[in-house]
Amino acid sequence: MSAAATTTAESVADRGTDPFLKVEDLRVQFPTEDGVVSAVDGVSFSVQKGKTLAIVGESGSGKSVTSQAIMGLVNRKTATMTGEVRLDGEELVSARPEQVRSLRGKRMAMIFQDPLSSLHPFYSIGKQLTEAIRVHQDVSKAAALKQSTEMLARVGIPSPERRVNDYPHNLSGGMRQRVMIAMALLNDPELLIADEPTTALDVTVQAQILDLLRDLQKEFGTAIVLITHDLGVVADMADDVVVMYGGRIVERGGIDDIYYRPEMPYTWGLLGSVPRMDVNRSERLEPIPGQPPSLIRLPKGCVFRPRCPYHELVPGDRCDTERPDLLPVSPDHAVRCHIEPAQRREIAIERLGAQVEAAPDARATTGMEDK
Amino acid sequence: MTVVDESGTNQVLRREEALLRVDRVQKYFPITGGGVLKRKVGDVRAVEEISFDIVPGETLGIVGESGCGKSTAGRTIMKLLDPTGGTIEFEGRDITNLDRRAMVPLRREMQMIFQDPYSSLNPRHTVGGIISAPFKVQGVKPARGVQAEVQDLMARVGLNPEHFNRYPNEFSGGQRQRIGIARAIALRPKLIVCDEPVSALDVSIQAQVVNLLEDLQDEFRLAYVFIAHDLSVVRHISDRIAVMYLGRIMEIADAEKIYSSPRHPYTHALTSAVPLPDPKAERSRERILLKGDLPSPINPPSGCVFRTRCPKAQQRCADEIPLLRELAPGHYGACHFPEEKHLIPV
Repeated sequence: MSAAATTTAESVADRGTDPFLKVEDLRVQFPTEDGVVSAVDGVSFSVQKGKTLAIVGESGSGKSVTSQAIMGLVNRKTATMTGEVRLDGEELVSARPEQVRSLRGKRMAMIFQDPLSSLHPFYSIGKQLTEAIRVHQDVSKAAALKQSTEMLARVGIPSPERRVNDYPHNLSGGMRQRVMIAMALLNDPELLIADEPTTALDVTVQAQILDLLRDLQKEFGTAIVLITHDLGVVADMADDVVVMYGGRIVERGGIDDIYYRPEMPYTWGLLGSVPRMDVNRSERLEPIPGQPPSLIRLPKGCVFRPRCPYHELVPGDRCDTERPDLLPVSPDHAVRCHIEPAQRREIAIERLGAQVEAAPDARATTGMEDK
Repeated sequence: MTVVDESGTNQVLRREEALLRVDRVQKYFPITGGGVLKRKVGDVRAVEEISFDIVPGETLGIVGESGCGKSTAGRTIMKLLDPTGGTIEFEGRDITNLDRRAMVPLRREMQMIFQDPYSSLNPRHTVGGIISAPFKVQGVKPARGVQAEVQDLMARVGLNPEHFNRYPNEFSGGQRQRIGIARAIALRPKLIVCDEPVSALDVSIQAQVVNLLEDLQDEFRLAYVFIAHDLSVVRHISDRIAVMYLGRIMEIADAEKIYSSPRHPYTHALTSAVPLPDPKAERSRERILLKGDLPSPINPPSGCVFRTRCPKAQQRCADEIPLLRELAPGHYGACHFPEEKHLIPV
């Protein structure tokens, strides 16, 4: 019922064309009284049109700051930002704020987690939607209202002609989130950033909203960056996945790489932490020990080292002293870890057993094809 | 016109050894009109005739979406709210009409863990003060002194016992939830009502707390009422699960059965909506999308409350309230047209 899973072949073919969004060595730092907080530290990824990239991580991993940096929503007075964000070739980090503002809402739009605090309580839905249109398009109020009503119908709001006169508090949580999505889609953006779009919603409403996003993507070919901590939502929606920890990408790959061939101990930890509806109930969860790191006092070596149960596999004290690089293990799959790749695969199979082995295109066969 | 068969009542599992027995409990919140007299103009029917029992060492999960009455149910069982109707029995004793003072000795036996680890701990009290409060309130003097006991409790829930002089703001969300758990188990209760205990936590921390709750259950033979909206977590920790919708229990059965063979169309839709963390399994499965929004609990639909969103609804569903009945051994559902067995192969 959903779009077919991306096969490795497809992703390989994609690499020829220029991505719609390309983030290169993005860094965002906030100076504070206690020291510099490196919220995002050297993050690079790209998204093609019509594809979905999921950014996964826990609180403080830097996933939300990354999305705000792309949208130009990081306050430059309190933060320093370096690196490159290219939207269809246009560089945004060094661009003037007005230039980024003209793109925001038009070519790129964002859906926030909490629709109640992102919609203005004082203005009707219709007024907020028409304003979003008239900022970017030279149309009459009546035409903009007609366009808004059509978009509300498109996102599945019943009797939109009446709803445009409602205020945010008149609507249920699911309806508000639809209004947010409608607002984001008004100017046919080519890039949609959804920051935890369904976290505040009930599962049955979440299913409706995810379905809607998928349909709209199919129709308009939108590139989606989906920021979430929910591995179920990622499994449902993403083509590619970026796993973030302590402001860095620790693993990056196609959806199947991350779920069936994960190689970073943090990714194993995440997959082992979530209870699954479809496996034996009596299996004990395998949580990641300890707490996420403070971004002010990051460990000197690998940022995951204090919580990593496998650091003894690395000879010497490399995990304590040397930051591992994000190194490729296959064309689309990169991992930041000092453990030997062959050893990592063994541990993955041991830890996640059935899930890793169940992958129909296990590494062995892919290797054969490559030859 | 709603017709209820007068002779018929909800069928429920009744076990002799029950620790807690909840029988047709209702909780209505009055809505008063404006003006000086504050005349009652209606009721929010938050909980409508729920019945279940819990035996020692068992976990009953209560799931449902926001507004289904699961939290009100938890608070009513704890007698933090006075039930509008029905009876609550604890160890065979009717506690429905006990007042606050009469409830105090019972609080040793039944405790609660809350969702928000930030607002449920007093920021001006030290952790030691928070965890030792139950001893003071109940006048219990542990043989080895309160401080030693508190430090044992802190160690037991995975906190550093040396931190007993610190304040809640010095702890992370997961650690605060551990403080709440230490306070709840301080007097060795028999029953703990957990209201969304892990929903505010990150996934990796969530698993730590779930494992801790499971270990404590094994150690002290605790019974849990585990209230949450996250079906995967509830299924993982519960022995039995009650699914609530608009104040009513729609289905109650063994945790495994709720997922593998849901008999109520609402349970079926709910379980099918939970995304699985496995791309191939997730993308190949059939999902039932529910239309529309939750109706108002002030003016619930006639007959079956789920009928306005049910894909199988017929005339009978509007006329007659479906009662819980035993559809398979230990498996109860409130539906006129229950689903067939084994919808989802495991």
